[in-house]
Amino acid sequence: MSPSDTALRDPLTPRPTLGRPDDYLHSEHTLRSWLLTHDHKRIGILYLLSITFFFIIGAIAAGLVRLSLIVPNGMIFSNDTYNRLFSIHGIVMVWFFLIPSIPNTFGNFLLPIMIGAKEVAFPRLNLLSWYIFMVASLFTLADVVIGGVDTGWTFYAPFSTTFSSAWVVPALIGVIVVGFSSILTGLNFVVTVHTMRAPGMTWFRMPIFVWTMYATSLIFLLATPVLTITMLLLLMERGFHIGVFNPAIGGDPVLFQHMFWFYSHPAVYIMVLPGMGVISEVVPAFAQRRLFGYRFVAYASIALATVTFLVWGHHMFVNGMSEYASIAFSIMSFVVAVPSAVKVYNWTATMYKGAIKLRTPMIFAMGYVGLFVVGGITGLYLATLGVDEHVHDTYFVVAHFHYIMVGGTSIAFLAGLHYWWPKFTGRMYPEPWGVVAALFIFIGFNATFFPQFILGYLGMPRRYHEYPPEFQILNVLSSVGATILGAGYLFPMIYLVWSLRFGDPAPANPWDAKGLEWTIASPPPEHNFARVPQVDFEPYDYSEREQRT
Amino acid sequence: MNLSQYPLLLWPPAASAIAQETDWLILAWTALALLLVAPVFVGMTWFAFHFRAGRNVHRGVREGRNHLLEVGWMVIPFVLTLIFFAWGARVFDEDWHPPAGATEIHAIGRQWMWKFQHPGGQSEINDLHVPLGQPIVISEISQDVIHSLYIPAMRIQMETLPDRYTRLWFKADRPGVYRMFCSEYCGTDHSKMDGELYVMKPADYEAWLAHAGTADSLAAEGKVLFSSYGCAGCHLPGATVRAPSLAGVYGNPVPMADGGTIVADDSYIRDKILDPDARKVAGYKQIMPSFKGQIPEDRLVPLIAYIKSLGAPNAEPNGEPTP
Ligand code: HEC
Ligand SMILES: [Cu+2]
Ligand SMILES: [Cu+2]
Repeated sequence: MSPSDTALRDPLTPRPTLGRPDDYLHSEHTLRSWLLTHDHKRIGILYLLSITFFFIIGAIAAGLVRLSLIVPNGMIFSNDTYNRLFSIHGIVMVWFFLIPSIPNTFGNFLLPIMIGAKEVAFPRLNLLSWYIFMVASLFTLADVVIGGVDTGWTFYAPFSTTFSSAWVVPALIGVIVVGFSSILTGLNFVVTVHTMRAPGMTWFRMPIFVWTMYATSLIFLLATPVLTITMLLLLMERGFHIGVFNPAIGGDPVLFQHMFWFYSHPAVYIMVLPGMGVISEVVPAFAQRRLFGYRFVAYASIALATVTFLVWGHHMFVNGMSEYASIAFSIMSFVVAVPSAVKVYNWTATMYKGAIKLRTPMIFAMGYVGLFVVGGITGLYLATLGVDEHVHDTYFVVAHFHYIMVGGTSIAFLAGLHYWWPKFTGRMYPEPWGVVAALFIFIGFNATFFPQFILGYLGMPRRYHEYPPEFQILNVLSSVGATILGAGYLFPMIYLVWSLRFGDPAPANPWDAKGLEWTIASPPPEHNFARVPQVDFEPYDYSEREQRT
Repeated sequence: MNLSQYPLLLWPPAASAIAQETDWLILAWTALALLLVAPVFVGMTWFAFHFRAGRNVHRGVREGRNHLLEVGWMVIPFVLTLIFFAWGARVFDEDWHPPAGATEIHAIGRQWMWKFQHPGGQSEINDLHVPLGQPIVISEISQDVIHSLYIPAMRIQMETLPDRYTRLWFKADRPGVYRMFCSEYCGTDHSKMDGELYVMKPADYEAWLAHAGTADSLAAEGKVLFSSYGCAGCHLPGATVRAPSLAGVYGNPVPMADGGTIVADDSYIRDKILDPDARKVAGYKQIMPSFKGQIPEDRLVPLIAYIKSLGAPNAEPNGEPTP
């Protein structure tokens, strides 16, 4: 037990100020020391606070959308207000929560530690990335809340460039600028992984979380510039009437869709891969088993990051794109499912003959696998041309991607948050409350989104403020589910904050988990490792326990 | 049939053979999906209880990797799912190629309404009447942003683009009233851009046409426009300027000034009217003015229908579009 643990045990005991190495949380206390920090751990915490804030905003907008949909005649909000609400929800959740969620919080905090480094490659750039994120996101938030944007997060032209009378330009600028934050983070991670690994930390000794961070960073670097260009072209058309997308001034009506999805499909994997990384840490730890098929899972991460660039056309099967292009995009989308399937089967096999502890992170992880599977399979339905012609742009699609993004990414985020909470804060969260939250979220989530599959197959288009009365019961069910889901999210917000003061002090390795982050104190010292670790062991080296039995 | 008579609807009505096939497709797909995910759900639940920590069970683990298993669970599910790729592509192919002899109806989308034009010149707003058993092609174009015409009962939709014709087709085999939606977000009243599709017995449809009928067919209406926009002054025989006769142009290859040929279809003629300089016809001096911004989409439709009706060279336009 490290000195900091003993010091933290009783919050009333005055902390010794001399003669012990301070952990990163207590090394300095001023606000300035946080706002100007170069410590990747503190930057991770800054991101954690920021994205939680944006999650709350996005969730409130979602709640209002679900409120509106309780009645079919749209009498609760006006049509424009409704359109603004779902645009706030989409823009905030995608750009200011989902994309930065795991990479910028857990990635910043853990990636260097997991490879035995004391820092990321470019600490100052890392801080700059956070500032860019904050400026862009607060600016955009002010725009979408005060001004209002009614384009949805997809900004389809020529509606966004010519016909919308909302405050589109500031939102575009915000999205362009926040992209640079992603690019800087991606660059930082790629260089860190290449150059800062501890002696003995070969590529195939890196935890899968690091592999997925690496793959995600590649997508950040390769895809984000395309988004930047696309948004700049929108700006040019909207601001200066330079015809790019609007045929009335010489543009092409479907070009925007091509460019947008060329970024936004890979962006799906920016949101999905990190979640997979988290689950690949949590499952072995709570099964006390080596991750099954480690190399396959590592390769699958890179495969996903590659093939994901070849499937954007599956968002465009019904826009008049040539039949052969559609068929090619359809089969590529089937191919991209293979690496995901590999991971799901591997997680399941990891549990075989384990010694399974159903603690909160594991419960979240198992929920993740179940929901991710549903999201993945329904994604294959959508890649099936004959089905997509029917359910494209309906609630079926909405349900599908929420199973991936909420059931997948944000549940993985919660799994990781509980798993590493002791490491981040030096405190344990209250276990029973964690289980309660997980159950609320799992039940609420399914009650919200499963009815939407049916609604979609019935033909309810997405982004509908009013809808036919025969869809009402399912919509009400979905809104009730959203209430349960919302309550489920409230629990961790309360008990995690509570645990900061009243939680049990965390030992260095509360889960008996493997990985370098569990070899150092909780919370970690300012420079992570007193001595550079020598890595002479495989990842997920739970064989000790395996031999015991 | 009253559309909202069901308090709770769980499966949409299917009003065409392709719609029924789509239902079978998704049901069969679901059966395979359940088969593929069963090991995950059953396995996870079983392992979580059977191998829970502290329980004394046999946990002997063989070291070494099982390549056969790892490759097997990658390849076998993939190959099985390809069945559905192929089936889906087949349905898509069928939806892509309307049968010969289909009736063509024009849909013009604009914020936030649909206008449908029948070949007989009848037009309707938001609702659409079609005969049972007759293949219907809907040729779509938008006057402003992207919309999408969606008919759930036919399990089909197609985006309505500005400046570009797209089309969908269906053959209804169950009379009734079905919903139509705009499924591509198009602004303030997107959710009000819907209507009803009336599938009627052929006799009822004829009666409806007669009742709704305008004096002129679409092509006849186009003929009037052809004079009023001044096309006739150049294009009719006896005109003072040298312009190609439009008889027999539709559906045939046209030689281009820059080499190559283009088959004259709706898009070609529409492009010619709006932007005549873009592709010039071989053998003529291009003096045709652009009508961009002067002829709205719902007038371009009858104009094109008229040109289409000018079947073979020298044939009298009969006012009926050739199939
Ligand atoms: C000032 C004379 C003039 C007027 C008015 C005019 N056109 Fe033309 N049009 C031409 C000439 C000359 C060409 C051939 C040159 C070319 O297309 O390069 C042509 C070509 C065409 C073609 C292509 C024919 C082919 O063989 O491929 C179509 C279709 C057409 N015009 C339709 C129309 C319609 C419809 C209107 C009225 C809205 C119209 N034109 C008005 C002179 C005219
Ligand atoms: Cu995609
Ligand atoms: Cu619409």
